[in-house]
Amino acid sequence: MMVDIAADAVLVVLDVTPGGALAPSAAGLLGAAAGVGTPVALIVGDSAEALAPAAAELGAALVLTATPAGLGEALGVPATDAVAAAAALVNPDAVLLSHSIESRETAGRYAARSRSALCVDAVGVTRDDEGIVAHHSVYGGAYNVEAAATFGAPVITVRQGSIDSRAQAQPLVAEKLDVATSGRKAATIGSVDEVVVTSARPELRGAAKVVSGGRGLGSEEKFALVGELADVLGAAVGASRAAVDAGYIAQSAQVGQTGVSVAPQLYVALGISGAIQHKAGMQTAKTIVAINKDADAPIFEIADFGVVGDLFTVVPQLIETLQAKKA
Amino acid sequence: MRILVLVKEVPDTWGDRVLNLETGLADRGASEAVIDEIGERSLEVALSYADANPGTEVVVVTMAPESASGSVRKALAMGAASAVHVVDDALLGADLGLSAQALSAAISRAGFDLVITGNQSTDGSGGVMASMIAELLDVPSITSMNSVTITESEVSGERSVDGGSMTASAALPAVISITERLPDARFPNFKGIMAAKKKPVDTVSLADLGVVADDPDAARSIMIAVAQKPPRAAGVKVVDEGDAGVQLAEFLISNRLV
Repeated sequence: MMVDIAADAVLVVLDVTPGGALAPSAAGLLGAAAGVGTPVALIVGDSAEALAPAAAELGAALVLTATPAGLGEALGVPATDAVAAAAALVNPDAVLLSHSIESRETAGRYAARSRSALCVDAVGVTRDDEGIVAHHSVYGGAYNVEAAATFGAPVITVRQGSIDSRAQAQPLVAEKLDVATSGRKAATIGSVDEVVVTSARPELRGAAKVVSGGRGLGSEEKFALVGELADVLGAAVGASRAAVDAGYIAQSAQVGQTGVSVAPQLYVALGISGAIQHKAGMQTAKTIVAINKDADAPIFEIADFGVVGDLFTVVPQLIETLQAKKA
Repeated sequence: MRILVLVKEVPDTWGDRVLNLETGLADRGASEAVIDEIGERSLEVALSYADANPGTEVVVVTMAPESASGSVRKALAMGAASAVHVVDDALLGADLGLSAQALSAAISRAGFDLVITGNQSTDGSGGVMASMIAELLDVPSITSMNSVTITESEVSGERSVDGGSMTASAALPAVISITERLPDARFPNFKGIMAAKKKPVDTVSLADLGVVADDPDAARSIMIAVAQKPPRAAGVKVVDEGDAGVQLAEFLISNRLV
């Protein structure tokens, strides 16, 4: 390899979507890495080389691309082999990956294989005298915890949408990475279906604004009001577990301890009482708004603006007022 | 067919969960300890296969202090035939790497065709244990499965991936993790509770497993600081008198949230 590797390199593994694009988590991962060292990106996939310019634009000083043998057929192992090859080349101070389903698998396998310290679901990284420190927000945001490796480069997965800082664009320097096959046993991939996004609404995970509905919506038909307000605000749609269990909306919209954790700028809770399970998935939102008939609903204890009232009169009035101001 | 199900005792998410601010460890006395719901669902996957396929043995495996024996008994009452309980003071505050080593060794020792775990616990939200164990045992893994089909020689099904879904299959022995899309667990009945008292629980230590907690060759993740976030204060609360929607719109506009 002809390129120089920075002494403070941080290896950043970027996810590729089923459609072959860089995942939205890339910007935050590179932003986090740039704050503690020199970001070296690794892109694994058939479209890796074509995605290298986008990674440089997001701040990667060097982009390694890999298409290891078995990719697209063997589950998990080829990507892990690629990370092992990249880490051997770069000798990084830390390895950052997204806390996505695919990258969690890679992180778990690579950390187990290399006997590295593994820190998961971080919401930030810093550097002290002894190395890279992972910052976690645990028990639904009730505690802040910092963790570090006893020695060596920690492997850190970063919660999606948790990093606001962005790295400066870098000139494109890309290298193809040779990957030795580990021969570890892997499951076989069958078919892959990309979820075709039929709505213009933002994805819940990582959304800047979220409007969620609870049992108070009363039915699947009436739950449409949540979507109406979301569209006016440009927000993603979420739900409480009660609304999901009642069949008003798909489980993928569930916000809470056993669903998606969100930390948006604005969280609007409609007809949600605010059980601890739900709060654990949203209480780190910057601003919380709640509308509920029950003045004693626990959601009001954490709401910046609470309305005790009938959401079926308050929300239409809110929508009307917002639309009038927009016009 | 021998199916091992990993269950984890966690603080109940329906109550406040507490970290000890001096040790950084979970305060197990502060909240009710329960089997993580996703672990119960994992057990249900194994038990429904066992119901339909005589000759299947379902074993629960847990790594937890002695005090978790009640949770182990509950899993036995639901229908597991036996349990492996990894107990060792050196596991107090174990990181993911040490936990994966200990569990892998316990799984190896017990013998298995299939290991079933939950995709993510409610306390750590790690979502990596199935992959780590598969790597250490050198067996295939399929994580985040929304549906599971088990045959004599293979496990297959549909799984979530980011931005889509995927079908996958693996020859046994294998490790899988499942999501909340799988059915709710059964409740233990009286017969099961009585039977559980006589079912064998194999309590094993790290020495039994040949695992060294402070192995100098393995890097560990250590907690270096812990702090409680100040509780969120309530803000404005208005009772709708006909103009709350307008007031709320003004709040959002003045805070540049529109």
